[in-house]
Amino acid sequence: MSVLVYVEAVDGKYKKTAYEACSYGFRLAQMNSANLVALTNADSQTASELASYGVKTVVCFQSEDLHDSAVLSSIIADAAAKYVANAVILTDDSRSKALLGRLAVKLDASAVSGASSLPESASEFQVSKSIFSSKAIGHYSLDSAKKVISVARNSVGIHENAADLSHEEFDASGYTSSIELIEVKRVKGTVPLPEAELVVSAGRGMKDPGNWGIVEELADTLGATTACSRPVSDSGWRPHHEHVGQTGIAIKPNLYIAIGISGAIQHLAGVNNSKTIVVINKDPEAPFFKAADYGVVGDLFDVVPRLSEAIKRQKNS
Amino acid sequence: MNLLVCISKTPETTAKIDFVNDSKEFNTEGVQYIMNPYDEWYALVRAIELKEALGGTVTAINVGPAANDIIIRKALAIGADEAVRIDAEASSASFVAKQISAYASDKSFDIIFTGKESIDYNGSLVGSMLAEYLGLPFLSYVSKLDINDGKATVSCDIEGGVELMSLNPPFVLSAAKGLAEQRIPNMRGIMMAKRKPLNAVEAVEHNDSTRVVRYSMPPEKSGVKLVDPENMDELVRLLHEEAKVI
Ligand SMILES: Cc1cc2nc3c(=O)[nH]c(=O)nc-3n(C[C@H](O)[C@H](O)[C@H](O)COP(=O)(O)OP(=O)(O)OC[C@H]3O[C@@H](n4cnc5c(N)ncnc54)[C@H](O)[C@@H]3O)c2cc1C
Ligand SMILES: Nc1ncnc2c1ncn2[C@@H]1O[C@H](COP(=O)(O)O)[C@@H](O)[C@H]1O
Repeated sequence: MSVLVYVEAVDGKYKKTAYEACSYGFRLAQMNSANLVALTNADSQTASELASYGVKTVVCFQSEDLHDSAVLSSIIADAAAKYVANAVILTDDSRSKALLGRLAVKLDASAVSGASSLPESASEFQVSKSIFSSKAIGHYSLDSAKKVISVARNSVGIHENAADLSHEEFDASGYTSSIELIEVKRVKGTVPLPEAELVVSAGRGMKDPGNWGIVEELADTLGATTACSRPVSDSGWRPHHEHVGQTGIAIKPNLYIAIGISGAIQHLAGVNNSKTIVVINKDPEAPFFKAADYGVVGDLFDVVPRLSEAIKRQKNS
Repeated sequence: MNLLVCISKTPETTAKIDFVNDSKEFNTEGVQYIMNPYDEWYALVRAIELKEALGGTVTAINVGPAANDIIIRKALAIGADEAVRIDAEASSASFVAKQISAYASDKSFDIIFTGKESIDYNGSLVGSMLAEYLGLPFLSYVSKLDINDGKATVSCDIEGGVELMSLNPPFVLSAAKGLAEQRIPNMRGIMMAKRKPLNAVEAVEHNDSTRVVRYSMPPEKSGVKLVDPENMDELVRLLHEEAKVI
């Protein structure tokens, strides 16, 4: 018996979420007295890193068709059968959103996307997940013998458990795709918003898209990614991919700084899983202050540049 | 083109979320419902635009009780041609996907649209389950879709970018922001919707293997600490020493 974790290397590197998924898989494997097997698209040298997170067997495969969930889910399901896996663990990201449901159907498994806890025990298999756009938590019971779970980022942490690693190969040459991948376009330089630990976000209080210089300056100083409220992206002040909230991207960074954003319930829904929230708003009655850890009541055009200067001072000290 | 749009009903975005019966049930009292925004704003509208450009039919489908008809009529008012409601409680993602696949299996839809996620349970599961039940390709988080000479070109949102792909219908997709612009139903649409067909069909047998057994509320914030706007060094100190996030 085993627990199978699928971890994808992007440009030859694992992200933090890959280690979180392995750590989750390891603790699940321990509960079931099972082995943790990692299936990965990386080369065996890169894959060796996974030994630090409890992986016992690493299975490498090569495929040009990761963009096709029909192909990738077949590879994962066939590997799950080969290694007799009773649980398949994924990272929670755009890739797993296309895979999880397919795997659940293929394996006749119970499925939870974005689980934020481990089950108490293997017999009482319940995990929790943020629902109603993070306004509540659902406790899910997974009743099938097999389970597929994607692990919410920043929820169960990374646990180092060194293991002796055995390397194996999985032949994925026989799977063919009906989807042609033309191009992958990625923004260079900044950390993508869904993965960012530090986020600087601004709203309609900015008054004009020409005023964003101070927001970008603060983000650069911190090494943070920029985000915005929905009306800001809807009116074309900022690109759609910066829109956070109930109908935009849901994020879970360590630090979220909200500048000139009122804190409407639909905005909070996408950001209140952030570990620490700082709100800068000139209106002391702005609802966002109720959801904040730190608040600054003041004019953003004064406060934001001052905050950038203070961070620079701290970095130089 | 023969297009199917899966629409779900969700609590309105400002609805008060709480639970009853020992936190085992969502408290529906006083809750207003809407069409799931991803389904309404992006999936449905793009399907209607494609129909307007290329001809064909847009069918809206929902798995739910008769009380959902009001939401389904809105889809017809926005521009869907006909609608189907599978008469059952939508008890899990796999239940919903199973029902829709049973309905769609012999109807040769070219594209089946779902939303990126339902804003209540945030599962993002129905689309990929449906694709698997039907043995079709699935494209998730589609923010652009064009059809030229029968072939589809699709942009899928990924972390920090997009994957640009091309394929032939039939396929299933989930719709994300960017795919279309929200349309508000007009008076004529609302009047016409009353005469468009909305058929209720029976559900097929399916057992749920994933259930919500209990609900809870996220931990409350302990209260905001206000920092003097003149003293940003103090905020930086707190973020560094107390919150330990920078
Ligand atoms: C179905 C639905 C879904 C939605 N989904 C989302 C979503 O996903 N994300 C989202 O963000 N919104 C969403 N909304 C919109 C939401 O309801 C709010 O309208 C929106 O979040 C408000 O954006 P804002 O805070 O930038 O603007 P405003 O509400 O206009 O707030 C601007 C704030 O800036 C402050 N301010 C102004 N000038 C200054 C200054 N000089 N210095 C400091 N502070 C200043 C003001 O005090 C005010 O609090 C949704 C709405 C609906 C109906
Ligand atoms: N009860 C339902 N009836 C029809 N379609 C649904 C239903 N529930 C979910 N869907 C579709 O599946 C998408 C994803 O839902 P979910 O997997 O619940 O996040 C939604 O955006 C809808 O398009």
